Amino acid sequence: MTEIRLPQLERRTFLKSAVAVGGALALGFGIPFGQKARAEGAAAEITAWIVIAPDDRVTIRIARSEMGQGITTALPMLVAEELGCAWENVRAEFVAPEENLRRNRAWGDMSTGGSRSVRTSQDFLRKAGATAREMLIAAAAARWNVPAHECAAQDGVITHAPSRRTLRFGEVAAAAAAVAPPKDVRLKAPNEWTLIGTPRKRLDVADKVSGKPIYAIDVRLPGMLYAALAQCPVFRGKLADVDETRIAGMRGVRQVIRFDDAVAVVADGWWQASQALDALAVTWDAGRNGAVSSDTIAALLRAGLDSAEAGVGREQGDAVTRLAQSPTRLTAEYHLPYLAHATLEPQNCTAHVVGDQVEIWVPTQHGESAIAVAAAAAGVPPRSVKVHKMMLGGGFGRRGIVQDFIPHAVKIAKQVGRPVQTIWSREEDMRHDYYRPTMMARMTASLDADGLPDAWHVRLAGNSIIHTLFSGGFLGGGIDKHAQEGFTDDMPYDVAHFRVDFVERNAHVPVGFWRGVSHTQNCFFKECFIDEMAHAAGQDPYRFRRRLIGKHPQAEKFRAVLDAAAKASGWGEPAPPGHHRGMALEEVDNAFMGAVAEVSVGADGALKVHRFVCAIDCGHVVNPMTVEMQIASGVAFGLTAALFGEITIRDGRVHESNFHDYGMLRMADMPKVETILVPSGGFWGGVGEPPSAIVAPAVCNAIFAATGQRIRSLPLKNHDLRKI
Amino acid sequence: MVKLTINGQSHDVDVEPDTPLLWVIRDTVGLTGTKYGCGIAQCGACTVHIDGKAVRSCSLAVSDAAGKQITTIEGLAQNGKLHKVQQAWIDNDVPQCGYCQSGMIMAVAALLKDKPKPTDADINQAISNICRCGTYQQVKAGIQAAVAST
Repeated sequence: MTEIRLPQLERRTFLKSAVAVGGALALGFGIPFGQKARAEGAAAEITAWIVIAPDDRVTIRIARSEMGQGITTALPMLVAEELGCAWENVRAEFVAPEENLRRNRAWGDMSTGGSRSVRTSQDFLRKAGATAREMLIAAAAARWNVPAHECAAQDGVITHAPSRRTLRFGEVAAAAAAVAPPKDVRLKAPNEWTLIGTPRKRLDVADKVSGKPIYAIDVRLPGMLYAALAQCPVFRGKLADVDETRIAGMRGVRQVIRFDDAVAVVADGWWQASQALDALAVTWDAGRNGAVSSDTIAALLRAGLDSAEAGVGREQGDAVTRLAQSPTRLTAEYHLPYLAHATLEPQNCTAHVVGDQVEIWVPTQHGESAIAVAAAAAGVPPRSVKVHKMMLGGGFGRRGIVQDFIPHAVKIAKQVGRPVQTIWSREEDMRHDYYRPTMMARMTASLDADGLPDAWHVRLAGNSIIHTLFSGGFLGGGIDKHAQEGFTDDMPYDVAHFRVDFVERNAHVPVGFWRGVSHTQNCFFKECFIDEMAHAAGQDPYRFRRRLIGKHPQAEKFRAVLDAAAKASGWGEPAPPGHHRGMALEEVDNAFMGAVAEVSVGADGALKVHRFVCAIDCGHVVNPMTVEMQIASGVAFGLTAALFGEITIRDGRVHESNFHDYGMLRMADMPKVETILVPSGGFWGGVGEPPSAIVAPAVCNAIFAATGQRIRSLPLKNHDLRKI
Repeated sequence: MVKLTINGQSHDVDVEPDTPLLWVIRDTVGLTGTKYGCGIAQCGACTVHIDGKAVRSCSLAVSDAAGKQITTIEGLAQNGKLHKVQQAWIDNDVPQCGYCQSGMIMAVAALLKDKPKPTDADINQAISNICRCGTYQQVKAGIQAAVAST
């Protein structure tokens, strides 16, 4: 029986088993057993990642956050592959962030984003498993008084082949914990893997189908109160005045708390707090951004398209001169809006501050950052903060670098002196995000006699995430290449004269990482314009792309996924009546994707996406089941944005407020997603973020095939798709 | 004082009669499996059964639920045995982040009670819950498995 422990319980295991050690490497080495060994029946920690109980149950610790992407299963698989335990005995538990700090970051980086969990921790996780296996074998060999090399571990049993003796992991775990970890361990070659690459069910499902309190919003503490929060609707604005007259005597209402930029109401229940907050007469000082609108921001970006100054992300040949001299140029301008993350669990944080001790329960993609943010908010040193990492009701980048849902909650709890759960209403959540930036692109290209581009200038203008989130010093040379990803060395197309540049034009709207990040804009710009060039050249978009993929170091991988998607989708063969296909190609987070969308557009302009074929090469596949599900998830995420996603600014504030005006994909809109895994092995790529980038261009190219309409802005809900 | 019957147990709750049932279930009674997602009956994360019908509890006054049989996700299993929809969700690995799934499961359980063999169109029409992770394909597989299990 596998299980995920409730995060609330995990701290107790930690306090029992954790001992401070100095100088540990990223691979947390064994803890000196000391007093712990005398505790009868205690589970033994064998390396910081693995605890084995006498009954053979193996607990594998996870440093990253679970937000649905499946790392609760995939990361233990990496450890268990080398450990050689029985998978059925494995369960997972989250590492407490303060333990990571206390133990010199024995578990490494806890930040969860960029599709990094598997690809950046696979090496030390497999080594942790292999190290523990060698320690277990050494303990068994010592007990038998035989050489360790005569012993082997499999399915949780150590066997000494010459004497046919066996010992279970649970029988030697306590002794193994005292063994000095080997300095070097040999990792299995991929062809020796028996667990990695096999479909495994998630370890965290049982709690999620039975309503267990596993999310931060479910935390209930003795004496806990609830808070509703309103931040200044105009970003960077201030709170001017609060008139409490209208809430006087409202039942259950305890306290109004004022901040520079926000006001909160604390009450016995969240509904009471929320009702009182709505009833409060609040005056805001909008500052100097009260007149900003989507139109003024668009004008800012459009001016950026004409700017003489731009940060060049990649340049080869002399595209600008060539294009100036070219008698015929193909040009197109594209425009994408701000997007909200809209995690289904709204932002929330439960905090309890007693003296200088701070404890928070929080849905965070970055547990250590949560410590720092809470410590700063409470004015205490980081070592005074405990963070209970809970299951996340969605993440998508909202809960990573920025942890803006923590400071108010901590300050409220500090002022109240009791545990307080602060929940942002859906409206508050929608209107106070770190949005996927708005971006414009101007494409200019000339085609040679073969119809292929010989010069191409990509001009981007928009907000810089990097400069918003990391002020000062982060960018060497000051050029935000991150905003140009997809067009730099990750673009597979050979164009003799090519230039991409970015004109940074920041508005007051906060921007941040959103599943797929800049690829969600640039893949749309690039792949739609590729389609435009193919059309101008009178060539099939698939053949056109294939001809254009040239000398890129990863050309084979790009071609393989493109071919796989074309083949599976039936590209080149007649589509079902009324159906039309569109294609896209992109590399994101070291994963290569080719995709084909199949759509129909009714005479009334109604769009239906029937089918979405996505071929992906992410190198090694750990759990094909979760990879497939992440592809379907990313397609739904990308399609939601393509169809409905648009945050607009009016009077300096976000206009949209809830799911009635910030639409979400539902069951009836979900296309049949067909994932083609074409793992070439030899490298480790991500899967959580990549697919969301590739949906819009494939769908819009299919719309062109269906209607002759070029879609150069999103969302599609703003377009009349009736055939022209 | 409002008298509620939740998962077969009666609760006398001292709340304003216009309080949405959701918040009474979560904060007053303390059953947190039912989720807050939008507060305007858009997402369905708060779906419970009232006299066997799926209802979005964020938009129902608690007084309108008085005297009726309310079932939440915590009360769906009977005699320690998971409901067939819950079991199908486990067998098909439906949840990702899982936050919407209490409501999704309650909506599906009510649908199958009403229509034991729903068509694809029935499902699309009846299950309008929002899953931000986009598990819709697995939800459909789960529904088919639950239908087949009866």
